[in-house]
Amino acid sequence: MPRLSAAQRHTIRFTLNGQPVQGEAEPRLLLTDFLRHVLGATGTHVGCEHGVCGACTVQIDGSPARACLTLAVQVEGSDIRTVEALAPAPGRLSILQEAFRRHHALQCGFCTAGILMSLDAFLRAQPDADEAALRDLLSGHLCRCTGYAPIIAAALDAAARLRETAHA
Amino acid sequence: MDSPGDKWVGQSLPRFEDAALLTGRGRYFDDCGAPPGTLHAAILRSPHGHALIEAIDTAAARALPGVAAVLTGEDIRTSTTSLVVGVKAPMECWPIAVERVRYVGEPVVLVVATDRYVAEDALDLIEVRYTPLPAVTDPVVALTPEAPVLHDGLKGNLASERRFRYGDPEAAFASAAHRIAIDVTYPRSACTPIECYGVLADYDPGEDSYDVFANFQGPFSIHAVIARALRVPGNRLRLRTPPDSGGSFGVKQGVFPYIVLMAAAARACGRPVKWVEDRLEHLAASSVATNRVTRLEAAVTADGIITALDWDQLEDCGAHLRAPEPATLYRMHGNMTGAYAVRNVAIRNRVVLTNKAPTGLNRGFGGPQVYFALERLVQRIALTLGLDPLDVIRRNLVPTSAMPYRTASGALLDSGDYATAMETALREGRHDELLRRRDAARAEGRPYGIGYTAVVEPSVSNMGYITAVLTPAERKRAGPKNGAQATATIQCDAVGSVSVHVASVPQGQGHRTVLAQVVADELGLRPQDIRVVTDIDTAKDAWSIASGNYASRFAPAVAGVARIAAQQLRTRLQRIAAPLLNVPPDDVVLAHGKLHARGNADNALPFARVASSPHWAPGTLPAEDSAPLRETAWWTPPELTAPTEADEVNSSLCHGFIFDFCGVEVDRVTGQVRVDRYVTMHDCGTVLHPGMVAGQVTGGFAHALGAALYEAHSYAPDGSFQTGTFADYLVPTVMEVPAPLILHHESPSPFTPLGAKGVGEGNCMSTPVCIANAVADALGLHDVSLPLLPATLARHLHGAEPGAPAVAPPQGERTLRGEGEARVAAPREKVWAMLLDPEALMAIIPGAHAIQRTSPTAYRAEVTLGIGPVKGRYRVTLSLADLDEPSALTLSGSAAGALGFGQGRGQVTLREADGSTVIAYHYEAAVGGKVASIAGRLLDGATRVIIGQFFAALARQAAPRQPWWQRLLHRLGLHA
Repeated sequence: MPRLSAAQRHTIRFTLNGQPVQGEAEPRLLLTDFLRHVLGATGTHVGCEHGVCGACTVQIDGSPARACLTLAVQVEGSDIRTVEALAPAPGRLSILQEAFRRHHALQCGFCTAGILMSLDAFLRAQPDADEAALRDLLSGHLCRCTGYAPIIAAALDAAARLRETAHA
Repeated sequence: MDSPGDKWVGQSLPRFEDAALLTGRGRYFDDCGAPPGTLHAAILRSPHGHALIEAIDTAAARALPGVAAVLTGEDIRTSTTSLVVGVKAPMECWPIAVERVRYVGEPVVLVVATDRYVAEDALDLIEVRYTPLPAVTDPVVALTPEAPVLHDGLKGNLASERRFRYGDPEAAFASAAHRIAIDVTYPRSACTPIECYGVLADYDPGEDSYDVFANFQGPFSIHAVIARALRVPGNRLRLRTPPDSGGSFGVKQGVFPYIVLMAAAARACGRPVKWVEDRLEHLAASSVATNRVTRLEAAVTADGIITALDWDQLEDCGAHLRAPEPATLYRMHGNMTGAYAVRNVAIRNRVVLTNKAPTGLNRGFGGPQVYFALERLVQRIALTLGLDPLDVIRRNLVPTSAMPYRTASGALLDSGDYATAMETALREGRHDELLRRRDAARAEGRPYGIGYTAVVEPSVSNMGYITAVLTPAERKRAGPKNGAQATATIQCDAVGSVSVHVASVPQGQGHRTVLAQVVADELGLRPQDIRVVTDIDTAKDAWSIASGNYASRFAPAVAGVARIAAQQLRTRLQRIAAPLLNVPPDDVVLAHGKLHARGNADNALPFARVASSPHWAPGTLPAEDSAPLRETAWWTPPELTAPTEADEVNSSLCHGFIFDFCGVEVDRVTGQVRVDRYVTMHDCGTVLHPGMVAGQVTGGFAHALGAALYEAHSYAPDGSFQTGTFADYLVPTVMEVPAPLILHHESPSPFTPLGAKGVGEGNCMSTPVCIANAVADALGLHDVSLPLLPATLARHLHGAEPGAPAVAPPQGERTLRGEGEARVAAPREKVWAMLLDPEALMAIIPGAHAIQRTSPTAYRAEVTLGIGPVKGRYRVTLSLADLDEPSALTLSGSAAGALGFGQGRGQVTLREADGSTVIAYHYEAAVGGKVASIAGRLLDGATRVIIGQFFAALARQAAPRQPWWQRLLHRLGLHA
């Protein structure tokens, strides 16, 4: 593991949503701040900066992780996916995103990016997830607007449609 | 989305907001960038609940490279004026502490630097010397003569007291068959939006004007408060809001003191200054609902009819009375009789100040506190008289025939059929089956209870209601205040496409979609043809003091005025088209993107052609229609009159009705409450968008469930704040929130353009007390206080456990106590000598860097300690007293650092035992500041570990070093 000087800025390179990116940061810079303010990828949101609310969840090498508990220097060489990567094309929504819109599973939308990134990884790994499994996963996210019921409905709907698509 | 049925309004269209929000393209405050050269602020906050600021040493912070300015309360005071206070009382309200801190989290120093990280580094370099003062956090204690006084000008802590009398309450009580009373307390909680506050401020010295961008939500009456504090007229304070908001629920009204701070900082630095609040700052010091102590007594007939109510409300607004407080206490003033026809009412309202964070807007705003008392009382009446609670509700409801109904205290209940709504809810919510379910559970020994609530949900606040805090004479001097101005602007551009602007500042509710539906219906267009802008720029947009997103005013007021503006625009379009279609204006129909003659759809013109014609060919139009089509409508309901001489207040325009009932089961072992079924019936008038109404009800229900079962802003008696993270302030997750059954009974409001009433706040008023009534029913409880934590209910279920440590109440002691023993293989004299030797102490105090002897029995040290996730450096002083060589001494110490402070005392005795020394100790320690806010739940254990480490190290250092094989045997547990 390389030793980094706290007093210096270091060049960090990784893949963000399929594109190579790089930027400079002190070792203490959070991944959230690096994504949002160095790279301008503002779709990832900051809600608590202590790992509870889940708004900042991104995928690091395919696994959901709290970007607020990750230093930017830790993702050197990694493959990062954020909410900006989910739509298949500009002006179109993914099956999961479309389900959220159909079920009114968001209001202010601030927690939504993190929820989508968790669900996206989970439904790929466990396409047959039932409601209990989805609730268990979503218990790592706080939403203050919806009361969760429409989020569960959207997740179940998306899971069913993704299974249909996979079998088609 | 092609052919409207008969109307777009009433359909659950997918929201136009969602595509951007789902793809990461939202534009929340912190997504909107900042001008080049913008500086970033961080705030040093008070670790004390109450203390004098003796000195602030900022030299080291100023010297840090990258720091542009370090501003204290004195600096801010020179460039601003105190925030206006809403009662006639000799006190000030600064956005940063001046001379004294009055709550944990109060801003003390503002650092402005090139980036946030550097600004926070600088905070660690600031030394503030405080003299702690006694703190008071309990509103009842705060009124006692012995209580510390927060604001010297007040003499005591009572900021306001008013008495009201409607009808003849004395006579009603004198002749009552029964007098039934209840005493309740309502705790502090807050809706904690996931996005925190953000402010970007700039100052132009050439024009002496401020330009502020902030996620403020209104009401824009606060614009006047900010401008006054910044000493500029309103036209020199340009306030803009971002297009998207990460939630508010009222809370983002409370960003305004930070607007003043950052604007003052921008002026001091000559550059734009940006600040984003973090979660600890938000929980400790943003804005929170009031806690309230209420005694409510009813005069009741033998068959349960309430003839009079006597309210005594004590409202705790925290350390400062910040605008618009004490509005929480007066928002419900017209509705103090709830859904009931009670003609005689007495009210005493008192406002008290305590060493807690200032209060402000929060979903439900005053309703939860009122209904918790009123609906607990209704259950108490039923129990006392042996009646079914449903019968007590039925016998007291305002009758349908009386609508619109003027309440005793002045509200005009606009519409509703409460009895029918209630019976429908009982039927469709399968109340009979719920009763059987309760019987079955109880037969099996499971505690199961049912609760009921009937409430009136006010919406569209009268801007004059808060003046009820003033006497009629004071109101007369100040001039009458009333109304609730709403405004909408609709315009057609050069190709005839339609744009709508309203000053509604939505916080996630979907206003843009609903407004497109409303305007599309009036103009014969499709909602997707219409673009809606809902953020505000006070320099360019139409707005008034009532603008903004609060008091559930969107559907009744803002959507309504948008319809009026659309109708004005339609009238002009009809006039322009009439000569071209050869029909009178009234016979021009707008439908399917065309204007056509009534009865002849072929005699038509495209909407775009007519709508654009004033841009391209004004000369062909009559003078009155030659201006481009841009209509700004204003609307204020005439029903919202100023408070009368007799203090009658029509506090809100609309009054929805809610009837809730629920079944809960309490786990007999753990005390955990499970909401088994929840039924909520709403009359919110005309439903504009069923999906969004369901979203508002479900979301409000989740907030209320949190307030009922989990959430409380917790303070220790010394004012330490104990719930500074989402691991301490527990917000419900998907595992805790059941889906309620939502029912509707629509009685359109006769007072609003679309017949709609507010709907978003009602469950925050009805649900906490409904769940409390159900838990009281399940466990046979006389008194219930929120939140209904398992630990509290377990005491009811099991009694206090003998021998076990008492269950910590939510507002627990912050004092930590402990004791222990350590055995040291060394004589007493050697141990004694070590305790008096700085070199030896340095080796045994965990994390000590430098230790100096400042007197024969006193030391000063620098110590680095980690408590849970929080590692910090503390300045420690230690002193030894009661020296009884070599057998006893008292060790006292205190520690202070950026993360907090602590002090403690320990009695240490040394006794000989078989050639070694047994060190026995017991201690009391108290810890406050940031570490108590964010790691409070870990403190007890951490303190034990640290003190244990100290004595273990003492034993290690004092004992002669053993040979390696003895150490090995010892580690293996084999003693030679």
